[in-house]
Amino acid sequence: MLGSHQSSFVMYDEEFKRISVVIEKLLRESNSKVIFLVDKNGQLIAGCGETEHLDTTSLASLTAGNIAATGGLAKLIGEKEFSILFHEGEKDNIHISIIGQRVILVVIFDQRSSLGLVRLRVKKASEELGVIFDDLSKKAEEIEQSGNAESPFAEITDDDIDNLFS
Amino acid sequence: MSFINYASREINCKIVYYGPGLCGKTTNLQFVYQKTAPEAKGKMISLATETERTLFFDFLPLALGEIRGFKTRFHLYTVPGQVFYDASRKLILKGVDGVVFVADSQEERFDANIESLENLKVNLEEQGYELEKLPFVIQYNKCDLPNISDPEELRELLNPWGVPEFQACATTGEGVFETLKSVAKLILMELKKGAGGR
Repeated sequence: MLGSHQSSFVMYDEEFKRISVVIEKLLRESNSKVIFLVDKNGQLIAGCGETEHLDTTSLASLTAGNIAATGGLAKLIGEKEFSILFHEGEKDNIHISIIGQRVILVVIFDQRSSLGLVRLRVKKASEELGVIFDDLSKKAEEIEQSGNAESPFAEITDDDIDNLFS
Repeated sequence: MSFINYASREINCKIVYYGPGLCGKTTNLQFVYQKTAPEAKGKMISLATETERTLFFDFLPLALGEIRGFKTRFHLYTVPGQVFYDASRKLILKGVDGVVFVADSQEERFDANIESLENLKVNLEEQGYELEKLPFVIQYNKCDLPNISDPEELRELLNPWGVPEFQACATTGEGVFETLKSVAKLILMELKKGAGGR
């Protein structure tokens, strides 16, 4: 699903709902402000909490850039990756972790929570999310192999594409 | 690698602007940003040095409209063009769906163009991509300047595949949207092919 040679990463309704349940639970249990999931290429997968005043698209892109840069650093010193990053601010802090080497989990929290609590809850949620992304990966593979992929793009016409730019 | 989200009915694609230092990659994005309606664009992010040279990347999210009920979004990235930022360039190519190579038409940058294109090929191969198989267009920027290379000669060296190519002047915007449309179209055609369409 998230391998570099696959043409697309696909998210389905069912898995999206399961993911949302897990991150909403994590938000409550860790007393954090915002949680979002990003793929390693910088695409926002899901988010919850106080996201309305946040530029989540930019956050997703910069998070992925951050993970990519620290991943590069890790390789230079002979590590596979740094699986957890933590940024401490005056009020808000960001905890970033990698789930199953594929997806990035970002937790933003303030003094109502603590690094210890966030780390503890993230660990449990990561396991649950890992299972869901495994399922998603299997599902995408099965659908691809069965040849029943109902991609919305199979039927697009040149006119559809031209209309985007009109 | 495009991201098709059935839950939010969105499709996201990544376009990378590549090319030698100071060829006008950031200027391309800035022009697109200036000329795009506020509801269709997000914030443009530039991770640049104090002298406004790109340090890591520029990022501009664009929402183009809907295709078959799916919101179509393109994420535009530039790479840092300076030779010594190669490690960063590699990272930005991850998950790319389409590439714009911005060439600097000035005579004195002739070799820099060739070097950068070679670098693009090598870096793509490291990620398991082949330039020939990716949606790819070339823009000959700064074509308004007096000291430009012979266009035929540039074309021969930079575009032996005959991919779509555009003369441009990114500061005035000439050719900027034509380039973007062209690569976006190639990406969507690629998605169609991948989805089993003809």
